[in-house]
Amino acid sequence: MSRRVVVTGMGVVAPNGIGIPAFLKALQTGTSGVKFVPHYRDLNFSCQVAGLPDFKWDSLANYISEVTLHGLKATNIAYGLVAALDAWADSGMPYDTDEPRWETGCVFGNSTSDTEAMKNVITRVDNKEVRKLGSRVVEQAMNSGVTSYISGRLGLGNRLITNSAACATGTQAVLMAYEYIKDGYAKRILTGSAEHVDTYVYGAFDSMRVLSRKFNDQPENASRPMSLTAGGFVPGSGAAALVLEDLEFALARNARIYAEVLGGSSNAGGQRGGGTMTAANPVGVRRCIQQALETSGVSAAQVDLISGHLTATFADKQEIQNWSDALNRRGRDFPMVNSLKSMIGHCLSAAGSIETVALILQIVHGFVHPNINLEDPNPEIIEITGIDNVPVQMTKKDVNIVAKANFGFGDVNSCLIISKFNN
Amino acid sequence: MTRQEILSELKKVIAPYTANKELLAGINEDTDLIKDLKINSANLVDIIIDAEAKYKIEIDYDSADKMINVGTCIDVIGERINQAG
Repeated sequence: MSRRVVVTGMGVVAPNGIGIPAFLKALQTGTSGVKFVPHYRDLNFSCQVAGLPDFKWDSLANYISEVTLHGLKATNIAYGLVAALDAWADSGMPYDTDEPRWETGCVFGNSTSDTEAMKNVITRVDNKEVRKLGSRVVEQAMNSGVTSYISGRLGLGNRLITNSAACATGTQAVLMAYEYIKDGYAKRILTGSAEHVDTYVYGAFDSMRVLSRKFNDQPENASRPMSLTAGGFVPGSGAAALVLEDLEFALARNARIYAEVLGGSSNAGGQRGGGTMTAANPVGVRRCIQQALETSGVSAAQVDLISGHLTATFADKQEIQNWSDALNRRGRDFPMVNSLKSMIGHCLSAAGSIETVALILQIVHGFVHPNINLEDPNPEIIEITGIDNVPVQMTKKDVNIVAKANFGFGDVNSCLIISKFNN
Repeated sequence: MTRQEILSELKKVIAPYTANKELLAGINEDTDLIKDLKINSANLVDIIIDAEAKYKIEIDYDSADKMINVGTCIDVIGERINQAG
């Protein structure tokens, strides 16, 4: 028997809001979380703005023991922990348990360990002070650090997977969590992803000349998906987490249900047919979206809203074309489309999970969040979408089915189909 | 430094690694770091590193292996301080 999978808890550490109430308000008001970073100016970066959560390190004391907090240095782990533990509490469950929670697993993604924290390790080793590193480096350097900290705090005893698929990581994590529950391997999965774009990772993107560089003096306007002046993306940091559960399991404990994951797809374009390490093969993207609809039992005409990848590079137009081809919809018939990146920048591995939380909030509260910084929409994009389907103001609307996709380096694609919960 | 002085300083070194502050306040030379104070065995390394920094001493790996309870910790630290002095 194929099981239904629902979302029962959410947590978020986003550049424009930490915690669901603050994030919801930011989405509805179109609040930017992009800030100027003086350190990047001092380092001669061409892009000097970033989406940064207003994160208080001391707040971790509310989530983990003093002993665990002492020696924690990795920012990506801190973000992931707070998002995951908030999602868990939001789902109505206590943190503490004596017995492992055998029915619950964790699928959590990230890109890399915190290289700023690793810099300290490298410096000590090079200074012949390896004896002073201590016991807490390996657990934070390993890619599964985030997953391990989360699962340890909550005593999760089902499968623990750390996934990594560049900018498709977050969407892929949710998809894997969905599949494990649907196929009966777990009753509940805490899923999501985290990203801390530290100075060194940021610098590497800056050197690729793919970042926004003309709005350093007006950071809130720097992330401009689908606009004529989209000149590169703004790196962002943060995390989001979702509790996914088998529907019957959730109903049995009277859990509040936000939405249902209907299905999804994850594939690759093979770095062929126009696809490369850094660009998507359009055929791969179309197949991914169409397979996601097919596995979800949803027709293209039913999609109310596209939560795009749309990073504010020249690839935006091709992405819109791909959506149009995959859905066979164009002009007035095109679904509404928005890009959260206009407010928070591109949170790389965390993008998919933060954007998924955003789209679920739009389903629950019946609105479409604005695309900010879109005073000058790209006419070639508008020709495909129609002007009304790219809202620049918060729009009240009944949102039933959302298609969410992200595309990453390596020519990887992931697409989710999420709907309002109807029992 | 007397054993009592080392003990009271040692409490401060151990403090970040144990959740049980009451037990820590009442430790004596027989208190076992892992069994009584419930310190994660991996963290013993960190206590030794912190003690080295605090007393400006070096504790070699073999001596560190002996630091199981508060008494043996004081033995090793006292010995190293005297050598340094």
